[in-house]
Amino acid sequence: MVQFSLPKNSTIEKGNYFSIEGESKNIKKVNVYRWNPEDTKNPRLDTYEVDMENCGPMVLDALIKIKNEIDSTVTFRRSCREGICGSCAMNIDGANTLACTKSVKDIKGDINIYPLPHMPVVKDLVPDLTQLYKQYESIEPWMQSETSGENGIEKLQTVEDRSKLDGLYECILCACCSASCPSYWWNGDKYLGPAVLLQAYRWIIDSRDEERKKRLKKVADELKLFRCHTIMNCVNACPKGLNPAKAIGSIKKMLVTA
Amino acid sequence: MSKYKIIDHEYDAIVVGAGGSGLRAAVGLSEAGLKTACISKVFPTRSHTAAAQGGISAALGNMGEDDWRWHMYDTVKGADWLGDQDAIEFLCKEAPQAVVELEKYGVPFSRTEEGKIYQRPFGGMTKNYGNGVVQRTCAAADRTGHAILHTLYGQALKKNTEFFIEYFALDLLMHNGKCHGILAWSLQDGTLHRFRANMTILATGGYGRAYFSATSAHTCTGDGGGMVLRAGLPLQDMEFVQFHPTGIYGAGCLITEGSRGEGGFLVNSEGERFMERYAPSAKDLASRDVVSRSMTIEINEGRGVGKNKDHIFLHLNHLDAKILHERLPGISESAKVFAGVDVTKEPIPVIPTVHYNMGGIPTNYHGEVLTKNADGSEGIVEGLMSIGEAACVSVHGANRLGSNSLIDLVVFGKAAAIRTAQVVKPNSKHETIPESETQKSLDRFDKMRNANGGTSVSVLRDKMQRTMQSKCAVFRTDKTLKEGLQEIQEPWDGLKDIRITDRSLIFNTDLVEALEFDNLIRQSMVTVSSAENRKESRGAHSREDYKDRDDQEWMKHTLAWHIDGKVSIKYRDVHSHTLTNDVQYFPPKPRVY
Repeated sequence: MVQFSLPKNSTIEKGNYFSIEGESKNIKKVNVYRWNPEDTKNPRLDTYEVDMENCGPMVLDALIKIKNEIDSTVTFRRSCREGICGSCAMNIDGANTLACTKSVKDIKGDINIYPLPHMPVVKDLVPDLTQLYKQYESIEPWMQSETSGENGIEKLQTVEDRSKLDGLYECILCACCSASCPSYWWNGDKYLGPAVLLQAYRWIIDSRDEERKKRLKKVADELKLFRCHTIMNCVNACPKGLNPAKAIGSIKKMLVTA
Repeated sequence: MSKYKIIDHEYDAIVVGAGGSGLRAAVGLSEAGLKTACISKVFPTRSHTAAAQGGISAALGNMGEDDWRWHMYDTVKGADWLGDQDAIEFLCKEAPQAVVELEKYGVPFSRTEEGKIYQRPFGGMTKNYGNGVVQRTCAAADRTGHAILHTLYGQALKKNTEFFIEYFALDLLMHNGKCHGILAWSLQDGTLHRFRANMTILATGGYGRAYFSATSAHTCTGDGGGMVLRAGLPLQDMEFVQFHPTGIYGAGCLITEGSRGEGGFLVNSEGERFMERYAPSAKDLASRDVVSRSMTIEINEGRGVGKNKDHIFLHLNHLDAKILHERLPGISESAKVFAGVDVTKEPIPVIPTVHYNMGGIPTNYHGEVLTKNADGSEGIVEGLMSIGEAACVSVHGANRLGSNSLIDLVVFGKAAAIRTAQVVKPNSKHETIPESETQKSLDRFDKMRNANGGTSVSVLRDKMQRTMQSKCAVFRTDKTLKEGLQEIQEPWDGLKDIRITDRSLIFNTDLVEALEFDNLIRQSMVTVSSAENRKESRGAHSREDYKDRDDQEWMKHTLAWHIDGKVSIKYRDVHSHTLTNDVQYFPPKPRVY
């Protein structure tokens, strides 16, 4: 049975409104989901007026401006601010994406920001990704090869074989895809989800790895793999333009033809 | 009595930081059978190693003849002779094995037609001691750091390293000059943890965020450096801050030097490839300090591009679109997102941007932390190591060559693990740390958490960043540095009046940023003081009032302490010897590209 991992009593209430001082022609309202585990209150939606004349172009810039200048208690993860670390994945304007590469200009009306959906919330916009990380570990994301090749020399790989890793190794584990997948919402404890299956395929298809059969057998499971019903939300969500659904399809195909 | 409950842990070794060097060390320690914990304030794959683009240097010779001695010469010259040549020899000699090892771990390197690891040209990398360009930088397209970081995290999982993720390290626990572990705060559940260890390895990265505009991630706050200064130990060569020539104008995001390695070039407002004037032979592939200075001169002399003539264009649009797609897909995407530029058609607006700290925690080539005692003698700080950008070995000296940082991470990460295995026996006893040491750190934590002054963290941080950006930049003078000394005092004094609004313990990022500011401001002060004190130009430290390198007076490393708000400086000699007889010492000579 499904277990919703939202905070207790999670009716989202109307929160505080922070209006801007002074005049600005370009004000954007930013609605931010707030929840503090250390008080007993319900989650709420705080609204901040942000002067976009004096703000960077991305949603992350707006969040940082809010934290710096309006309310330093707003809590979110961020690091590289260039779409490579995957820290600032959140639900913006109804879709999962990275705040650092999502342009404010692309959003019509107010900016609504929630944590990644269907993940336990640690605080405000910070989701708990422990389960996804455990699943990642379960696919053994390391090279498995008995024949290590000649001593002191790299294992050879053709340009063609290496190109099979393109579209896979770029994954930054931001979890935007898995948190957008209804199957993962429903069976996230058993179904591995698009992010982890993409990584599973990255090792399955690596010509240098010698445990393809074992790896395939490991994921060939009604729940781990076949809960993918090709809904394809993952493809829309991926901020790096990757295609987890295709990778999952390839695993399924390999199982049939193996 | 403390109102905080402390959870105790005991390990043979702990690694603070889970970037490239921390993970490589953790892998080695776990392999050696040591009970190892890796403590990181971010999930390992979020570390800033992920942002390294162009590649990792090693004289593999896959794309033409190469020799680790040539690599060593280039590194010595790139460092403007401030690097320790014993450590540089170790780095360059170990490099090929280290890269092959990464490949066997599974790093998806780009390949040559023969199936070998692809290598590209990079700034300052030459063949036969400065005679022509060599292809030495091993690349996974332009996502090499990302690929290495994810692969090393996988290896650490394979070796069953214990991770403590989203734990913020507060202070070293020192007793009688020896390090016994750290105190850390778990962001996930708000608890405090004391890690006792017979070896503490700081792999905490650089402190790029001391500056207003940096390619560095928000999390690059040099927490290890801050901990070391608070423990009364010195940092080394902090005046040497690398400006990367090609940060995206405005956003500050990195455009790899590999883009010039693949044939890109810089152009001023007159459409001139000006690097031909400044570095006739290496041109756009001169080392970073040289290119950044040249760009700054062009802008200062009115030949910058754009509305305010305050930046430079990087052209890639003459390159084959297929090459761009295959070898530079990541920066093509960055340029599109952050500058609105299609690299196949338009140039990228770029500007020299703070990128790397050559300085850091002084160590020998095993990673062991060094200090200078009151009597002037040099000694190892027992129980403490440092690696990666946090450390100053010193292999990068006054200026690091591109792609030498990734190799630094894995070579010295491995070396530190090997050394630890030699000096720490598995399951050996832990000495008791006096409660007062823990209490000292807790008091600082508690005081900051309840800080109720009038100035927010962001205001103090902004003041610090703007001071560093304007007073301790590409070019420095006595005047700017003296002003810097004065101005940087203000945010330091401001610490007394700091205000924290969030009083919670779980994921209190208001408090995290305050603690990070505490680390940054100490290192900023040390940086400006060290720069003011060095009256010569060397590598990234370029003084308009002392234009020349002065080998008579300044072949020495700066050591700077920060005690009770005051910086004091001593010096130690640069090593004038190599590690073995496999190579001869390269004596200083004029540095021309």
